[in-house]
Amino acid sequence: MTPDIAAILAVDGIANGAIYVLVAIGLVLIFTVTRVIFVPFGDIAAFAALTLAAFNEKRLPGTAGLVLGLAALAALIEAISLVRLGRWRALPRALGFYLALPALAVGAAALAVAHDLPMPLRVVLALLLVLPIAPLLDRIVFRPIADATVLLLLIVAVALHYALVGLGLLFFGPEGVRTEPFTDASFDIAGVDVSGQTALIVAAAIVFSALLYLLFDFTLIGKALHATAVNRTGARLMGIRPARSGAIAYLLGSLMAAVSGILIAPVNTIFYDSGFLIGLKAFVGAIIGGLVSYPGAAIGALFVGMLESFAAFQSSAFKDVIVFSLLIPVLLWRSIASDPSEEEIEE
Amino acid sequence: MALIRAGFIAGVTAAVLAAASLSPARAEYKIGFITSLSGPASTIGIPYSRGIAAAKEYMSEIGGEPINVIQLDDGSDPSAATRDARKLVEEDKVDVLIGTSTAASSNAIAAVADELKVPYLAISPVSPPIADDGLRWVLCVTQPPPLMIKAVTDRIKQDGVKRLGYIGYSDAWGNFVYEGAKAAETAGALAIVANERYARTDMSVVGQVLKVVASHPDGVLDGGSGTQGALPLLGLAERGYKGKLYGTPAIVNADFIRVGGRAVEGILASGGPVLVADQLPDTHYAKKLSLAFRAAHLKANGVASADSFAPYAFDAWLIFADAAARAKAKAAPGAPEFRGALRDALFSVKELAGTQGVYTFTAASGYGTDERSLVLVRLVNGAWQYVP
Repeated sequence: MTPDIAAILAVDGIANGAIYVLVAIGLVLIFTVTRVIFVPFGDIAAFAALTLAAFNEKRLPGTAGLVLGLAALAALIEAISLVRLGRWRALPRALGFYLALPALAVGAAALAVAHDLPMPLRVVLALLLVLPIAPLLDRIVFRPIADATVLLLLIVAVALHYALVGLGLLFFGPEGVRTEPFTDASFDIAGVDVSGQTALIVAAAIVFSALLYLLFDFTLIGKALHATAVNRTGARLMGIRPARSGAIAYLLGSLMAAVSGILIAPVNTIFYDSGFLIGLKAFVGAIIGGLVSYPGAAIGALFVGMLESFAAFQSSAFKDVIVFSLLIPVLLWRSIASDPSEEEIEE
Repeated sequence: MALIRAGFIAGVTAAVLAAASLSPARAEYKIGFITSLSGPASTIGIPYSRGIAAAKEYMSEIGGEPINVIQLDDGSDPSAATRDARKLVEEDKVDVLIGTSTAASSNAIAAVADELKVPYLAISPVSPPIADDGLRWVLCVTQPPPLMIKAVTDRIKQDGVKRLGYIGYSDAWGNFVYEGAKAAETAGALAIVANERYARTDMSVVGQVLKVVASHPDGVLDGGSGTQGALPLLGLAERGYKGKLYGTPAIVNADFIRVGGRAVEGILASGGPVLVADQLPDTHYAKKLSLAFRAAHLKANGVASADSFAPYAFDAWLIFADAAARAKAKAAPGAPEFRGALRDALFSVKELAGTQGVYTFTAASGYGTDERSLVLVRLVNGAWQYVP
């Protein structure tokens, strides 16, 4: 391997890694706040790509039906639970959040779909349409079992992934999509050709990581999320509603998933079930960070991207084997290094 | 009241049954057609269904007796395909089975066909099994996959390529194409200098492409399919590779061209003659039939034929019709004996021209096509061009 080739591979690895960084950070965010390992995360990324492709073809994306269905179900569940508690006055607000807001996003999409929109606006619309999915799923599936064990939540998340893949097939069909690149620009950095698309992916990863950092350290919402992550019961005693923190975490997480989905849509053909593998590789990255640390998850995800790129050069047939085999030593090291009593306190 | 109604229904049923048995013994051919109208394989299954509709439009009767087709959806699921096949044979008493989109489901139907002794025309590449009674009940309409690859490797040798790079899927199809290329390797003439693999879900193939380019090939064979088949070729163009490009029928579709753009210009692939029907010389066996197929497809479905799947279903119909006309001399359609007679007649189909090949089925193999079933096509200005 010459230095030239190594440099090209490194750039490629960073571009792959940046996608995994976005997904890994989202995974860690949702896990720390709600203790759910959100397996369908990759599916949301794939749905975002499919939604954008539908807008490009001036079709109303299948996401619209999915969001409306989920919104109706979530609103019904929320209304029933509020009525049983006798909290009639909270009802309009809840319906507004779970029914009106998602319906508004769908309505905007339905109105806009026939017009010739500029690309940035289509991206925003696609994001708007995908964003409600995770918070609605949280309300329907995870809120009623919020205090269950991590293992139970994980199993439910896996089941939810399969349900979403089935719904994806129903709403998007079996065809794969690939969108136009956002830019044709390319840069020459130290003799290595870097495409504009790669630069965009890396920039998005940096911007979102920075925004997340600012949110956690300088805003009340961020501090509330952090508090919920550290100690649910303690946070509740301080007047923070874990349910609300959870909804915010899902919203932020699905924003990152959706952005990563939109960024990879021009690079790879995305099918309704493509998300799982992206999520799985990002999960390996997040595990390297112990599923708690954001910088750890980011470094882990970049490492996975790099490893993938160099493994593809050295022995392409075993690329995925190499990436997933990495999980075993990392888990061993993690379980030896961490203090087991820590986890028992939480249970 | 309930009793009266039950009696009434029973009476009507009896009357209908009596009427049915009294009607004159008119022959009618019944095709049981299984395809994937839903599920992941529906990208292939829906074109198959259109192909059958086109065939019914083109030829709706044999010697004045109508051909009826009963179509069932297998949802891309082999166990559903098994159920469908059983239902078609046992309840609907079909004379022949045709289907389906995936090799796994087609193998599942083949097992039922062998057990229930019904001729089955497979339209996915499967290796036709021999049933317990020592007979073959399964015939495969598609070209045998080794032939698809051999057509390309023959051309690679003819083009004088000495160093061939290979990049393909890290799955069964990728292996299959690689083995085909390996079989063509000859000392001193053709050497495979790179064997790189990628997964269908990969976002980048930069590493693999670099390795291929580093091996300095004169030609590169693409063992991918559809849009993802374009991925390594885009990478090669980016690295300034200027050599020859080769592909298999798996890349011959519209999405491949859309995604590949300039990078895939000039690629040479093998495919069925129907693909370039209008460019074939007038003397070519597939020309007239393929054009008739396209017209029937448009008329029956309202859309022009743009895929290479519908013609297989169309050809299966032609093969059945050819054999059924002869089998009718021995037994009446619908009778169990007709299935045996049809099986014998299918294996005496000789030099029957279709849109995808000239079919001659022999008891030695369940495949019916030969070298004439594949033509070479080159991508020029975003359209496939016939290469004589």
